[in-house]
Amino acid sequence: MLNSTLLELSGLLAAKKLSSVELTRACLERIGRLNAELNAFISFDEDKALAAARRADERRSKGDAAALTGIPIAHKDLFCTTAFRTTCGSRMLENYTSPYDAHVVSELERAGMPLVGKCNMDEFGMGSSNENSYFGPARNPWDKRLVPGGSSGGSAAAVAARLVPVATGTDTGGSIRQPAALSGVSGIKPTYGVCSRYGMVAFASSLDQAGVLGKCAADLALVLTAMAGFDERDSTSLERPKEDYSRALGRSVKGLRIGLPKQYFADGVDPDVRQRVDDAIRWYESQGAMRVEVDLPNAALGVSVYYVIAPAEASSNLSRFDGVRYGHRAKEYDDLAGMYSRTRAEGFGAEVKRRILVGTYVLSHGYYDAYYLQAQKVRRLIARDFTMAFQRCDVLMGPVAPSTAFAIGAKADDPVQMYLGDIFTVPASLAGLPCLSIPCGFDRKGLPVGLQLMGNYFAEADLLGVASRYQEATDWHVRVPKETPL
Amino acid sequence: MSLTPDDVRRLARLARIDLEAEESHAVLDRLNQVLGLIDEMRRVDTQGIEPMSHAVDVSQRLRADEALEPDRRDAYQSVAPAVQEGLYLVPKVIE
Repeated sequence: MLNSTLLELSGLLAAKKLSSVELTRACLERIGRLNAELNAFISFDEDKALAAARRADERRSKGDAAALTGIPIAHKDLFCTTAFRTTCGSRMLENYTSPYDAHVVSELERAGMPLVGKCNMDEFGMGSSNENSYFGPARNPWDKRLVPGGSSGGSAAAVAARLVPVATGTDTGGSIRQPAALSGVSGIKPTYGVCSRYGMVAFASSLDQAGVLGKCAADLALVLTAMAGFDERDSTSLERPKEDYSRALGRSVKGLRIGLPKQYFADGVDPDVRQRVDDAIRWYESQGAMRVEVDLPNAALGVSVYYVIAPAEASSNLSRFDGVRYGHRAKEYDDLAGMYSRTRAEGFGAEVKRRILVGTYVLSHGYYDAYYLQAQKVRRLIARDFTMAFQRCDVLMGPVAPSTAFAIGAKADDPVQMYLGDIFTVPASLAGLPCLSIPCGFDRKGLPVGLQLMGNYFAEADLLGVASRYQEATDWHVRVPKETPL
Repeated sequence: MSLTPDDVRRLARLARIDLEAEESHAVLDRLNQVLGLIDEMRRVDTQGIEPMSHAVDVSQRLRADEALEPDRRDAYQSVAPAVQEGLYLVPKVIE
């Protein structure tokens, strides 16, 4: 049951062969048994989850259920929820419970999905390994000595270990795709502006976008359909009609032009990763798709640009944490300025402090043009490369990350090494494009490899269709880690 | 270019983050590594390129200037570290 697709679960619920209470209880049982080792959840609550499940069952019995009604979900712990505290993986918000729900949370509640808990993450979304969490690292279910990726590492680990059927995540520079790849699950970041950022604690506002991590593309499509859509409370939410993201599932890939950015197949990619990605592309060719070599000449500058723009915006966004309106406040200080700086010194972890300081530097007097403005110009060049590429192809494919999951602690002392792991995810984030990661095999150590699919603006449904076709023919996405057997 | 310990102290002051003396040494090293990384994009010729300030180019939406939000002061203040009679309390600023 816990390895079933959402559509299968929905069918069982509709046919009364399964109740939401039973399904939710099965998830809670697994969380209770496995979370101590995986640390995928920062908060979970049996009573609240079962109460929501009972409401879903009542809704079903009254006949007003939607497809997702009764299927449990978990949210990354930066979506504001009234039912659970929202920590953002930070000491700053350790005891913070939001007075309102994020738009995405409300939409999924409206769909009738019982919320079981909140997933671990790198503090405020800043990290690629989930090691920067005040609540300790989440662990990779495929090998608990390894990171699950980040920043949505808890969501990825939770889905990979089948603790929940699906979870939300957010992506600023790769924070959905990279943990999905490293943990062997599927994950989508839609076009910037498709999901409302209302109630999503801000990291870098021009990049932050909500998305989904699940077992397969068809599951992502169902949940994205429920959570996406215009919301006037987010000034960057796009006014577009509601879409059915499942509409292209299973569509033939005959004649599909697959762009292969040569920069994504250069040196520095682990040979196993490269091989598995190549195998997947060859499978598409066998189904009638065509290979087109494309050039993204500025993509390699993505990491450099990202680590100007994201810290700059973060330094501004995180100035709200001052110990006055919410969150942690230091106990000892001399005056107001001292209260601010002690509060922030105690409340933020090392990586968050570093990024705030970098952001403060690149925005400071005399450096703004040389760093922030220049980064925005190079960002335009990167986005233009994609526009050019999509004149010659329908979808871009490549690896998600240069390597598979790495050991906890392996890169902890070298931020630049960690940042360079984002090289293949950051460009599409900077351009605001929809992108997806799906499992495409395992390396020689038995660790999952992710295939990245990037589409043109608003091509989510097409991307999900292309991904689902592959998943109809392969079984990588249904394999369950040996360490967390069903 | 590299930052000096003085630069780091100045940035920490601007960012309102207390850095312990021993902490600031490690921070200096790390910041210089990061600046080395981001130096790469400074060398790109961007003459005539319009800065991209947002992921999708859309103009700011406007709405009628009407109050839409209900008064939820009590709810919002319930999560504050210190409040009194609807006001947020901070250390004394003026003697």
